[in-house]
Amino acid sequence: MQQSVNYLGLIPLFPLLGAVFIGLLHVFTCKKVRLPEKLYGLLACVGPVLSFILALKVFVALKALPVESRSLSHVVFTWFSVGDLHINMGFLADPLSCLMLLFVTFIGSLIHIYSIGYMGGDKNYGKFFAYMNLFLGSMLVLVLGDSPVVMFVGWEGVGLCSYLLISFYSEDHQNVLAGNKAFIVNRIGDLGFVLGMAFLFWGIGAHGFDFLSLRANVGNLTATTSLIVCLLLFVGATGKSAQIPLYVWLPDAMAGPTPVSALIHAATMVTAGVYMVARFSFIYSTVELAGDIIAWTGILTALLAAIFGMFQDDIKKVLAYSTVSQLGYMFAGVGVAAYSAGIFHVFTHAFFKALLFLGAGSVIYALHHEQNIWKMGGLKAKMPTTYITMVIGALALSGCPPFSGFFSKDEILYSALATGHFGIWIVGVLVAGMTAFYTFRMIFLVFHGEPRDQKAFDHAQESPAVMTVPLIILAVGALFAGFFNLPGIFGGGQLVSHWLAPSLTEHHPHAGVFVEIIAIGASIVAFLIGIKIAYTKFGLGASVPVFKGFADFAYHKFYVDEMYNAIIVQPYKAIGASIWKTIDPNVTDGPIKAASKIYMTMGTAFKVFQIGYVRIYAIYMIVGLSLISLFLSQSLN
Amino acid sequence: MIHNYLLLSILLFCLGIVGVISRRNVFTVFMSIELMLNAANLAFITFSRMHESMNGHVLAMMVIAVAAAEAALALAVVILLHKHKSTLDTNVFSLLKG
Repeated sequence: MQQSVNYLGLIPLFPLLGAVFIGLLHVFTCKKVRLPEKLYGLLACVGPVLSFILALKVFVALKALPVESRSLSHVVFTWFSVGDLHINMGFLADPLSCLMLLFVTFIGSLIHIYSIGYMGGDKNYGKFFAYMNLFLGSMLVLVLGDSPVVMFVGWEGVGLCSYLLISFYSEDHQNVLAGNKAFIVNRIGDLGFVLGMAFLFWGIGAHGFDFLSLRANVGNLTATTSLIVCLLLFVGATGKSAQIPLYVWLPDAMAGPTPVSALIHAATMVTAGVYMVARFSFIYSTVELAGDIIAWTGILTALLAAIFGMFQDDIKKVLAYSTVSQLGYMFAGVGVAAYSAGIFHVFTHAFFKALLFLGAGSVIYALHHEQNIWKMGGLKAKMPTTYITMVIGALALSGCPPFSGFFSKDEILYSALATGHFGIWIVGVLVAGMTAFYTFRMIFLVFHGEPRDQKAFDHAQESPAVMTVPLIILAVGALFAGFFNLPGIFGGGQLVSHWLAPSLTEHHPHAGVFVEIIAIGASIVAFLIGIKIAYTKFGLGASVPVFKGFADFAYHKFYVDEMYNAIIVQPYKAIGASIWKTIDPNVTDGPIKAASKIYMTMGTAFKVFQIGYVRIYAIYMIVGLSLISLFLSQSLN
Repeated sequence: MIHNYLLLSILLFCLGIVGVISRRNVFTVFMSIELMLNAANLAFITFSRMHESMNGHVLAMMVIAVAAAEAALALAVVILLHKHKSTLDTNVFSLLKG
């Protein structure tokens, strides 16, 4: 029996209220006076921090319950009820959503605090925080929703906020285009999600459409419907979580302010897809084919993004592709039915990716919005805190033991190997090496060697405490988050996996210590090779390279954007234009114009009766009255 | 015998109608309307007599009172119309917009 707790609804409510309040405050004051930034900063941080405190409370409450009945719920009101479909505005906290809740609110709060410093001096300071709060609130709705429909509300909410925040610097047309791209690409994915929901409802929706009922009734789903549902929902996930073929929006999303990138990549938005697949693990675990498709899509995305990441020269783009790549790992994890490993990677990734982005933000802030890594160098001496924290983040990202990324990535690769997916494992190890290479290429170019732009270097200085303190906290997280799920071979208890077990449907593969040692050994070797190559090429200083052949091809991201543009966007535009030029005036406009013409003619025809002479109206009156009298006298007889 | 009164009433009413429709002078139109009112009064009185009840009388008295009030208003309107366009031809007053 699940327990009902009424504070569950407050968790998303706090940031949403914050968004409304800050938004109104900004709208009503921005024309006349400029409110102090401290006020906005304070208001903005209240919501996320309160949510985090409540999330802790949820965690404690769940912990107190016996393992098999760990779920809390709260139905706020009945949203709508049509036929068999009864949708409540309800929230559900089980171990899975609780874990997401904890790190989303924690990292979200830190990013808000960091933004107080980073966004200082921006003229739309208030607007920025209103959007940020809305973003976090939407993500919390997504995480806590007790049915796919409520989840979808949050799903759309984060899509909207990503659009608003990516095109935040809207004076530059390029940024607006990036926002549009993110929104449109996400819409394609969302369509998949909606269709998936419809099929799911068609299959087993009649007995309740919340996650618990669906899970109980999943046995009634036919194999074909399951497959269709899985694949359609996965299309939604590829949009939100930037997988092949819909990953193209994420690198462009770098147009937004850096804290937004951190929020999108670490805490909100992109993790939604992985979370959704884990949430539906009760269906996915029944369809092996869908799992294989997901795993292969994931690992190929990881490979592709890693290749792109090796040749980028924008510090944020490098990180963006690394996110795409890591998301690929997560999908590989959930694809081979290691849902807890995938979610664990989401969890650790949130720490080190937020750390890396905020560190990159700190560098960009110090260099007055310079993002090209070929214009940086030698910053180690100037920005020691940023340097040390970023190195910790980089080590975690590249999977160096004992940093958090190592354990989560290794868990995924081990699961792939143990379930017999050798191809995925080999590609995964290769990508691990590439990850180490491009991450340390970035670190070496930014912080080591000689400064390439002396003027910018001279002006650079360490960021204020409001920015470095979140970095330090996140660095601690990136260092130690891995120990929560220490595998048995290191004497750990796999706390996260056991914690998540009641919400997921998965079987832990047991392939023996030997396989585990192979997996770990291969990961470490790949990491060492990657970092070695990066050091020899960039560690001692390097100049701007000239890309030729394959490198040039990869530098241009395999021309995927251009291909999409040529294959999809341009024909679509052409169709639109031809409809506008031919069908619109000839087909659509015809009946409308005809209708207006009919009214015009009728108007002219009846105009003669309305000449305005009083006596003519008197005649109408008399004729009318006479006719009525005649009719009455007839009917009386 | 008493039908003749009704015939007279109808005759007067029709005269009034013809006056309203055919004449263009505001005053004549106004007088024609009064004629129609009085034709109705005559019909009321006649029916009252026929049915030997006082109801018709009451209505006739009321019509006279209303007609008096209406005359006061209508004459004022006629004066305003004359001030506005310096004529009393109804065809001139064909627009709602002044």
